[in-house]
Amino acid sequence: MKQIPASLLTLTAGILITLISLWVGQNHGLLPEQASEAAVLVDELFNVMVMIATALFLVVIGAILLFCIRYRYRPGDEGDGIFVEGNLPLEAFWTAIPAILVIGLGVYSVQVFQEMGGFDPGSIHAGHGMMGGGSMSHQMPQMPQNSVAMMAQAPGDGAIATDAMSGMVAQMPEGTDPAVDPVPRFGFGANTAEEGRAPDLVVNVTGMQYAWLFNYPNSGIMTGELHVPVGKDVQLNLSAKDVIHSFWVPQFRLKQDALPGQSSGLRFVANKVGTYPVVCAELCGSYHGGMRSQVIVHPVEEFDEWLQQNTVAQQQNSAQTVAVNPADLSEGEYLAPYAQDMGVDAQVLSQLHPRS
Amino acid sequence: MTQAQIPLDDTTLLSGQEHHPIHKPWKWYDYFTYNIDHKVIGIQYLVTSFVFYLIGGLMAVAMRMELATPDPDFVDPSLYNALLTNHGTIMIFLWIVPAAIGGFGNYLIPLMIGARDMAFPNLNAIAFWLNPPAGLLLLGSFFFGGAQAGWTSYPPLSEITAPVAQSMWIGAIVLVGTSSILGALNFIVTILMMRVPSLSWDRLPLFCWAILATSALALVSTPVLAAGLILLLFDINFGTSFFKPDEGGNIIIYQHLFWFYSHPAVYLMILPIFGVMSEIIPVHARKPIFGYKAIAYSSLAICLVGLFVWVHHMFTSGTPPWMRLFFTISTLIVAVPTGVKIFSWVATLWGGKIRFTSAMLFAVGLLGMFVLGGLSGITLGVAPFDIHVHDTYYIVAHFHYVLFGGSVFGLYAAIYHWFPKMTGRMMNEKLGQVHFVMTFIGANLTFLPMHSLGMHGMPRRVAMYDPQFTALNKLCTFGAFMLAASLIPFLINAIWSWSRGPKASANPWNALTLEWTTASPPIVENWEVLPVVTTGPYEYGMSEEEAAAVEG
Repeated sequence: MKQIPASLLTLTAGILITLISLWVGQNHGLLPEQASEAAVLVDELFNVMVMIATALFLVVIGAILLFCIRYRYRPGDEGDGIFVEGNLPLEAFWTAIPAILVIGLGVYSVQVFQEMGGFDPGSIHAGHGMMGGGSMSHQMPQMPQNSVAMMAQAPGDGAIATDAMSGMVAQMPEGTDPAVDPVPRFGFGANTAEEGRAPDLVVNVTGMQYAWLFNYPNSGIMTGELHVPVGKDVQLNLSAKDVIHSFWVPQFRLKQDALPGQSSGLRFVANKVGTYPVVCAELCGSYHGGMRSQVIVHPVEEFDEWLQQNTVAQQQNSAQTVAVNPADLSEGEYLAPYAQDMGVDAQVLSQLHPRS
Repeated sequence: MTQAQIPLDDTTLLSGQEHHPIHKPWKWYDYFTYNIDHKVIGIQYLVTSFVFYLIGGLMAVAMRMELATPDPDFVDPSLYNALLTNHGTIMIFLWIVPAAIGGFGNYLIPLMIGARDMAFPNLNAIAFWLNPPAGLLLLGSFFFGGAQAGWTSYPPLSEITAPVAQSMWIGAIVLVGTSSILGALNFIVTILMMRVPSLSWDRLPLFCWAILATSALALVSTPVLAAGLILLLFDINFGTSFFKPDEGGNIIIYQHLFWFYSHPAVYLMILPIFGVMSEIIPVHARKPIFGYKAIAYSSLAICLVGLFVWVHHMFTSGTPPWMRLFFTISTLIVAVPTGVKIFSWVATLWGGKIRFTSAMLFAVGLLGMFVLGGLSGITLGVAPFDIHVHDTYYIVAHFHYVLFGGSVFGLYAAIYHWFPKMTGRMMNEKLGQVHFVMTFIGANLTFLPMHSLGMHGMPRRVAMYDPQFTALNKLCTFGAFMLAASLIPFLINAIWSWSRGPKASANPWNALTLEWTTASPPIVENWEVLPVVTTGPYEYGMSEEEAAAVEG
C-alpha cells in the first residue's frame, strides 16, 4: 500500500471511531430511567466511560482483526515474520495514554463522588438532632437556625416539617438494634446542593429475611413500601436484623448494604414521580431473589396526604401500630404480608426465619 | 533459527553416554498413584481439574435452567444457592487455579528452565494430593444441604446457614489453599535455583515470569484467607464471636480478610494465562514477542498493585469514604500494566505469518474477550458507578468475560498447544475449530446480555427475578447450552487424539523454548543431556547475521 492512502485511511478510521464512540456514549441504552439527582451524575460518568471504552475497543479489536487478516499464513510460505522485538517510543506511548486516561477518570470520579455526598455519610447527624426535638439542637452548633429555617425553606412541606417539630417519635425504630449508633458511618450523605442542611424526611429502613421495613420515626408509620415526596431531600437510615442485605433502587443508581451491627445510610433526592423497584442486592438466604419491594415517589401534596392518612390510621389503631412490636406477633402474623408479596407460604417463611 | 544444541528426535542416540539411569516410561496406572515426577503431577492436576470443570459446568447449566423462567421452579431455592456457591468455588479453586498453576505450571516450568524436576518433588506430590479430598468435601457437603452463602461466604449468613456443609466448605478451601502455598513455594525455589546455567534472566520464557509473579502473590495473600476462614470455622463450631455482630464481633473484618486474598486470586487465575499467551502468540504468529521486558515487568507490577485494590469489592459495604476513593484510584492503576500486555500481544501479531491453529484461535479469541472484560472492569473500579452495578449481573458478566473469556480460553489454548508435548500425539484441528467457534459464540451469547440485565436492575445470586428480564435470561440460558455442547467436540478430540491421534514430533510447532527440545512426551527426568540455551525464547525471524551478532 502506498504511503498517502494509508495515512488517509488511518485518518478516516480515526474520525469514524471518534464519531461512533461519541454516539455510543450517548445511545447505549444500557441504563434504566433516571429518577434521582444522583442518577444524572452517575450516568454522565458512565457515558464518558462508555465513550472512551468504545473507542479503545474499536481500535484494539480493529487492530486484531486487521492484523489477523493481513498477516495470515499463506500456504507455501513457511518462513517467519518480521524480526521486531519492541519499540520503546511506542511502548511508552501506550503506557502513557492509558495512564493519563485513568488519572483523568479518577479525578472525575472523585468529583462525582463528592457531588453525590459520598464524603460525608454522617451528615445525617444534623437531621437526627432536629428530629429528636428542639432540645437537641445544641449538638449541632454548626447547623444554621435549626428546624425553623428548614420549614421556611420547604414551604410545600408543612406536614413533614410539623412532624419534625413535634419530635414525638424519638425512639429507635422497631427492629433496630438499640446498640447501633444511629449516625450512619457508611453510605452517602447530603449532595452538594443540600450540604449542611437537615434532610426533609428521615426514614429508618430495616432489612430482614426477606423483606424491607420502612419506619417513619416522626409519624410512627411502618410500611413495607417506601413512600417519598418528589424533589425532597430524603435520608434513609439502614440497618439489618439478621444478615447483610443491600438496599438498591436501580433508577436512583444508589445502593448501600444494610449491615447487622453497623449503621449505614443513603441520602437522595428523587426527581421523578413514579414507582420503582427496591431490590435486595446482597445474598441473604434462599428467598433473596424474592426480597423485592418498591419505592413510590409522590408529588409533594400527594405525599403529605399519604402521610396524613397513614398517621391518622396508625394513631386510631395505636394498639396495633405505634406500639406494634414485631416480637409480640406470632411468626405467621408477622410474616404474612411479606409472604404474600413473595408468593411463598408464611409457614415456610417462619421456619426459614427463626427469630431468636 | 537454530535449535538448542541437543538431539531432538533421536533421544536414544546419546543414551549410552548418559550417567543418569534411564527410567522406564510411566504406565497409565502410574498416573493414579502418588508420583513425584512433575510431568505426572502436572497431568494429574489437569485431568482432575478438568473433571471438576465438568462438574462445575453442570451446576452452571442447572442454574441457567432455573433462570430460564422468573419463578423458582426448577430447583429448590436453597439448592440453587448451594449450586451457585459451589459453582464459583469449584471453578476457581478446583479448575482454573489448579489447572493453570498446578497443571501447566508443574508440567512446563522444569521443562522450560532445563531442570529435571521441581525443587521439592515430594512437596509437589503432597500439594497435588490435597486437591482430591478438597473436591470430595465440596461434593459431600451436598448431603448436608451444601454451603449456601456464596463463594464469598459473608457472615452472618454463612454462620447461620447449613453449618455442617459450610464447615466442610471451609475445610475444602483451607486444603486447596495449603496446596497453593506449597506449590507457590516450590515454583519460586525452582525458578530461582534450578535454571540450566546457560538460561539467563533475560531469556527466561515469559510463562516462567508469570508463574514467578503468581507464586509470590499466592504466598503473600493465601494465608490471610486461611486465617479468615479458620476464624469463621471457630464462629460456626466452637462458639467464638469474631464475626457475630450481636456478640461484639465485626462482619466487615471478614470481608477485608476474604478479599485481601480473593482479589489477588483473580490474578492467580489470569497471570499464568497471560504467561500462556506470551508463549503461544509468538510461536503461531512466527514473530518475536513484542516488548519482552515490558511484559515481564508488567506481571510484577500487576502483582504489586493487585495487593492494594481489594476494597473495590466492598464499595457498598461498610467502607468509609476515603477508602472508597483510595481503592478507586489503585484499581484504575492496574489497568495500565494490563493494557501494556494486551497492546504488546496485538503488536506481536503485526507483521507475523499467523498460523490459525486451534491454540492460536483460542489465544486470539481470548484477546477479544479480555478487552471487553477489561474495559468493563475499569468501569467497575470507579466507585460512583460501581455502587449502581455492584452485586448485579453486570458483575457476573464482567468476571465471566475475564475468567471464562480469559482464563478458560487460555487453558483451552494451552491444551491445544502443549497436548502434543504431553501425550506425544497431535489433536485434530477440524474438531478444534468447531470447538472454538461454539465456545466463542456460546460465551458471548451467555455473558454479553448479562451486562444489560445487571444495569437494568437484576441482582446476582437470585433464583427468582422480575419477569421483565425473562427474554434476555432465556438468551443467556441458550448460550449456556451451547457452551455445554461445545465440550462434546473437545472431549471427543482429546480422548480420541490421546489414544489414536497422529504421532507428534518433538517440536511440531517449530518453537524455540526448551520444552520442545526433548521428546514428545518427554522421558522421565526430561533430558538425556541437559540442554544448552543458544537462543532467546522468541527469536523468530532472526536472520543469520543478527543471530551471529547476538552470539558475539
